[in-house]
Amino acid sequence: MSMGVFTFYLFAVSVVTGGLLTVTAKNPVHSVLWLILAFLSAAGLFVLVGAEFVAMLLIIVYVGAVAVLFLFVVMMLDIDFAALKAEMARYMPLAGLIGVVLLMQLVLAFGPWTFSEGVDARLGNPIPPLAEAHNTQALGMILYDRYLLLFQLSGLILLVAMIGAIVLTLRHRADIKRQDIIAQMMRDPKTAMELKDVKPGQGL
Amino acid sequence: MDGFFSTTLGLMTIMAAQSLLVIGFVMVSLLFLVYGDRKIWAAVMMRRGPNVVGIFGLLQTVADALKYVVKEVVIPAGADRPVFLLAPMTSFVLAIIAWAVIPFNETWVLADINVAILYVFAMSSLEVYGVIMGGWASNSKYPFLGSLRSAAQMISYEVSIGLIIIGVIISTGSLNFGDIVNAQDTAWGLFGWYWLPHLPMVFLFFISALAETNRPPFDLPEAESELVAGYQVEYSSTPFLLFMAGEYIAIFLMCALMTLLFFGGWLSPIPFIPDSPLWMVAKMAFFFFLFAMVKAIVPRYRYDQLMRLGWKVFLPFSLGWVVLVAFAAKFELFGGAYARWAIGG
Repeated sequence: MSMGVFTFYLFAVSVVTGGLLTVTAKNPVHSVLWLILAFLSAAGLFVLVGAEFVAMLLIIVYVGAVAVLFLFVVMMLDIDFAALKAEMARYMPLAGLIGVVLLMQLVLAFGPWTFSEGVDARLGNPIPPLAEAHNTQALGMILYDRYLLLFQLSGLILLVAMIGAIVLTLRHRADIKRQDIIAQMMRDPKTAMELKDVKPGQGL
Repeated sequence: MDGFFSTTLGLMTIMAAQSLLVIGFVMVSLLFLVYGDRKIWAAVMMRRGPNVVGIFGLLQTVADALKYVVKEVVIPAGADRPVFLLAPMTSFVLAIIAWAVIPFNETWVLADINVAILYVFAMSSLEVYGVIMGGWASNSKYPFLGSLRSAAQMISYEVSIGLIIIGVIISTGSLNFGDIVNAQDTAWGLFGWYWLPHLPMVFLFFISALAETNRPPFDLPEAESELVAGYQVEYSSTPFLLFMAGEYIAIFLMCALMTLLFFGGWLSPIPFIPDSPLWMVAKMAFFFFLFAMVKAIVPRYRYDQLMRLGWKVFLPFSLGWVVLVAFAAKFELFGGAYARWAIGG
């Protein structure tokens, strides 16, 4: 077994194990940690197929930001594990049914799957050619030259969604004390303190 | 002998030896960085600092490390054992493996990969896990508060570090550290380095690096006046040592990043003096000195001030800078200072 094959199986097994344990772990924080293992191993698989840029993005975006927020939320939940397990047993048949339906749909879709004419040739000749650009440059060319409009529009949609979420949750509470940073920075010793010359035996 | 080093086993031996060399360099620097740190604070506070173990107290850190290793590991009864022990290891290992792509000279690098800078960024964004896991697994109030603070803090400042790095990447046109340093190799010595065209970003990067590594004035996760010692409260012995070593290695990594991104790595500041890895080490030591000085002389920030600085000052400023740099690079303004490929850098 060559080194590449060995590493592939190592990462593949840890992706699958991580995924399974994410679902079956009793403690939600452990679930998130297993999910992180799955993400990291998937990044390893990306490196193996030569997509190092995607691998790094997967780590930075999913593990470094998204999973941290997951962990952040899950850690702060006050969960009664016994109640949670009872619930799980109740919903098990429904979840199983949905799983089977999804699996059937995938199998049905995969059965009549056909490739269009000449796809082998297109897969064999990526644009730009591999010798001229490594995949960071290639992705940049595709996203920013060829599909610039689509890329910018999808960014705009995300921006609008973000602004929407902020507007929906924004409320200005008048009953709390706020820090006025500008006023704090503009304070100087002249206005902030007063020097008194106290005479001995007199007091202020 | 020639035959052996071209077989798989031989290549693996060479890789292992090189890795050990880098780790050895990092660990030995660590010993003296901790000592230097304490001596610098001591000098600022007009104390003597460590001066008993070895000449001038040079071996103080060795003694401390030995002391930590031989003490008993105390694990709280309510702690989540596996995660509790995993946290310091994560923090230490992630800090070490980021050094795999740091070059010390033209060809002195373990892994010369295309996306080196993204790799370092990814590893430093993972370092938050050590803190979060440690704080949560301790099953105690102060560590938990500390880890929540640190999660928010590290994510906030990563955003601005990422944007600052993008400015440098645009100027170079590559994500590889070797290319970034070579792009700064001009006829003007130290005035050709990126600190001059990217001057405001040098300060932003330095401050963000302080926040990213939980150094004072941003050491809110372990603020001893509020949280005892934050996420480290329940840790003792070797796990604590690993946390502390990881923290210092991450700081040293940030010094290396400053050197590579803005101060020309191994390039010599004066054109007729040869380039050498010694320059790199000297520059890293200088930035570490700055880190230590900041700890000694700047008071701690309040948490809302920290968040405001990250999101309302650094983020818009670095984002605007990326736009300006992109503009200057595209039209090759300022004699190509922002577009190094245009002047053959």
